[in-house]
Amino acid sequence: MAHAQDRYYVPTGSHWPIVGSIGLLFLMVGVSTWLNGHDVGFWIMMAGFATIIFMVTGWFGTVIGESRRGLYNAQVDTSFRMGMFWFIFSEVMFFAAFFGALFYARNMAVPWLGGDSNNFFTNLLLWTGYESTWPTNGPDNVGGDFKSMGPLGLPLINTAILLTSSVTLTIAHHALIAGHRNVLKVFLALTFLLGFVFIYLQGVEYIHAYQDLNLTLGSGIYGSTFFMLTGFHGLHVTLGAIMLVVIWLRVMKGHFTAEDHFAFEAVAWYWHFVDVVWVALYVFVYWM
Amino acid sequence: MVSTPADLHDKHDEHEHHGPAKGIGRWLFTTNHKDIGTMYLIFSLVMFFIGGAMALVIRSELAQPGLQFVHPEFFNSMTTMHALIMVFGAVMPAFVGLANWMIPMQIGAPDMALPRMNNWSFWILPVAFGILLSTLFMPGGAPASGWTMYPPLVLQTGDAFPFLIFSVHLMGISSIMGAINIIVTIINMRTPEMTLIRMPMFVWTWLITAYLLIAVMPVLAGAVTMLLTDQFFGTSFFLAAGGGDPVMFQHIFWFFGHPEVYIMILPAFGVVSEIIPTFSRKPLFGHDSMVYAAASIAFLSFIVWAHHMFTVGMPLSGQMFFMFATMLIAVPTGVKVFNWVGTMWRGAMTFETPMLFSLAFVFLFTIGGFSGLMLAIAPADIQYHDSYFVVAHFHYVLVPGSIFALMAAAYYWLPKWTGHMYNEKIGKLHFWTSTIFVNLTFFPMHFLGLAGMPRRIPDYSTQFADFNYIASIGAFGFGLSQLIFVYVLLTVKKGEKATDAVWDNPKGLEWTVPSPAPYHTFDEPVHVDRTVAFPQNNP
Repeated sequence: MAHAQDRYYVPTGSHWPIVGSIGLLFLMVGVSTWLNGHDVGFWIMMAGFATIIFMVTGWFGTVIGESRRGLYNAQVDTSFRMGMFWFIFSEVMFFAAFFGALFYARNMAVPWLGGDSNNFFTNLLLWTGYESTWPTNGPDNVGGDFKSMGPLGLPLINTAILLTSSVTLTIAHHALIAGHRNVLKVFLALTFLLGFVFIYLQGVEYIHAYQDLNLTLGSGIYGSTFFMLTGFHGLHVTLGAIMLVVIWLRVMKGHFTAEDHFAFEAVAWYWHFVDVVWVALYVFVYWM
Repeated sequence: MVSTPADLHDKHDEHEHHGPAKGIGRWLFTTNHKDIGTMYLIFSLVMFFIGGAMALVIRSELAQPGLQFVHPEFFNSMTTMHALIMVFGAVMPAFVGLANWMIPMQIGAPDMALPRMNNWSFWILPVAFGILLSTLFMPGGAPASGWTMYPPLVLQTGDAFPFLIFSVHLMGISSIMGAINIIVTIINMRTPEMTLIRMPMFVWTWLITAYLLIAVMPVLAGAVTMLLTDQFFGTSFFLAAGGGDPVMFQHIFWFFGHPEVYIMILPAFGVVSEIIPTFSRKPLFGHDSMVYAAASIAFLSFIVWAHHMFTVGMPLSGQMFFMFATMLIAVPTGVKVFNWVGTMWRGAMTFETPMLFSLAFVFLFTIGGFSGLMLAIAPADIQYHDSYFVVAHFHYVLVPGSIFALMAAAYYWLPKWTGHMYNEKIGKLHFWTSTIFVNLTFFPMHFLGLAGMPRRIPDYSTQFADFNYIASIGAFGFGLSQLIFVYVLLTVKKGEKATDAVWDNPKGLEWTVPSPAPYHTFDEPVHVDRTVAFPQNNP
């Protein structure tokens, strides 16, 4: 099979992309119709979602199969690596938009509503008596009085969990390189279990926020930034944990060698990325 | 997925020798960069005509003062949809199509680095624009808030609102995947002798553009997601009562939006940097400085966004910073224009259609650049803002800028794509009518704007009538001129056979392969005569 590696592997054609596009069409049209108040939209959305799951499974299955058959040479491997790197960079920029909104609101919009800079009359005439503060739900007390989520308790435990999961993942990676398959299996399993515990505790925290603190998505700019940042992060942790499970199942089937385990590394990069985002979240959303 | 070495071998052979598949499946399932490039180019041409038809609705309404043809709401939908379609549906996919066709051929790669994803980035586009165009028929009409989607106005959109948001998301996903593919192809797939600094300018400008795309498209996705949650899920990002700020949307949007305008012009710079040396019969003057200039423009594009917002209210220090940073862009842009002129200096020039479009690009884009400098001056911008002067400015950089570069590229590479020469006489006719009418359309808009005519309004004071009438005549002339281009495309197969080099000793790897380029080029790393492939190192 060595000759297959001489040149760059270009697949002859694939039906997965068009299946994905059809899935996206149903998903987007479904969500939009649903948001416009038509219940049928929900089912269109679910059909689209199912199509996309089908596409992702099939597409990745094809790629894994090709990889196992040795069709990918070192140059193809590099393409995948670079592709994953730039994908993660695009995710960083997506989070940057929401962090940017947080910084802008805290350092500019809210102080200006309180009369800072040249906004004396804004405060005097439009929002009389509003004093800028953080956390805030704005001069109109949007969503009613609420308590903010402090840095101690669950968020601190979650930080410890996610940081630990990065360590266990690194141990698993070293075990893979050293050929210690059992250590690899155990620590990889530990990693995604920690991930699922994190998601569970995040759920507990959200219930606590809604029931005890009256902190909701509708709690002004604080609630908006808090739930959108932690929510999108939680979504990424969920995705990352599912990816870890897939990698773990592949490890159990005997996939990956010390030299050839791009998929493992890609998922590891992704996991460290959600970890770093969490640290930024913990500092800027919970703590400061 | 279990295969024996024997059928693996068969599959492998098939991979080496097969041509295009038959029927519709070729286009739906293709992983070939040339097929995908062709689909991008045809898609963008269709969108160009749809967006152009909307522009003609606008110009019909504005041909005379008073309301004659359409309701003001529909007029606003037309300005919004025209912009969204032209920006995301015509100009950007056209340049991605050129990238797909030309980058693998210019760097000696067998294909794009991630061929399946390449297919997907294209096939998301018809979905995105199908959704966007369907909003024309929805209760409440198509989006009418302007393509910038400023809240709170955009939140008054009818049923179209979530469709608008999600179609923008899809355009973003498509662009990001396309850009990842281009970066990986350029960095990883070059033939070994092609070092980075030896890359053709078109490849260089696309590398920088792709980086810009990956950096800013997710930010746009974030901004429109906030609009969505503000509308449907009770967040307060752009609601002052909740501590948010509508102006914040403008900051996030233009953090995307300003790099976006360079995404639409940098590949155009690349195209003319390929064409002018060929028809001047000289290497590109100052190749390396062109690379640094493009990179500087890309860097500066991240720190100038608020010059779109001088009238919205911001601290004086902010106005000063964004004004001077914006003016700084004139320096690398000036380097580029100087180098194009320097390339032509004492060259043995001929004036085939691609060269004519490129020359018009240099001249007319520079006019757009100068009006941009005027707009950069914060105190003056307070007068120009939201006037037809702004419309004149950005149409000068986009139509005789980006679109002319795209036309130049199409004429330049058409013989390589099809194997036939286009009709030079008809091509020149297309050029001259386009150039005359584009100026007739947009030059009077400078005067209209300076005299105070606001943009995005279907009616105007009678003092503006004459210039508007002239602009409308120009717009219809320009629109009809583009039908000549369609005629050129449809008849190109009847033209004489193109040679491999097509032009008079052009430089670059794409001219070393047959015309039309075979379905698969450069299956193996090529060893090339450096004087052919790397023009800038030519003594």
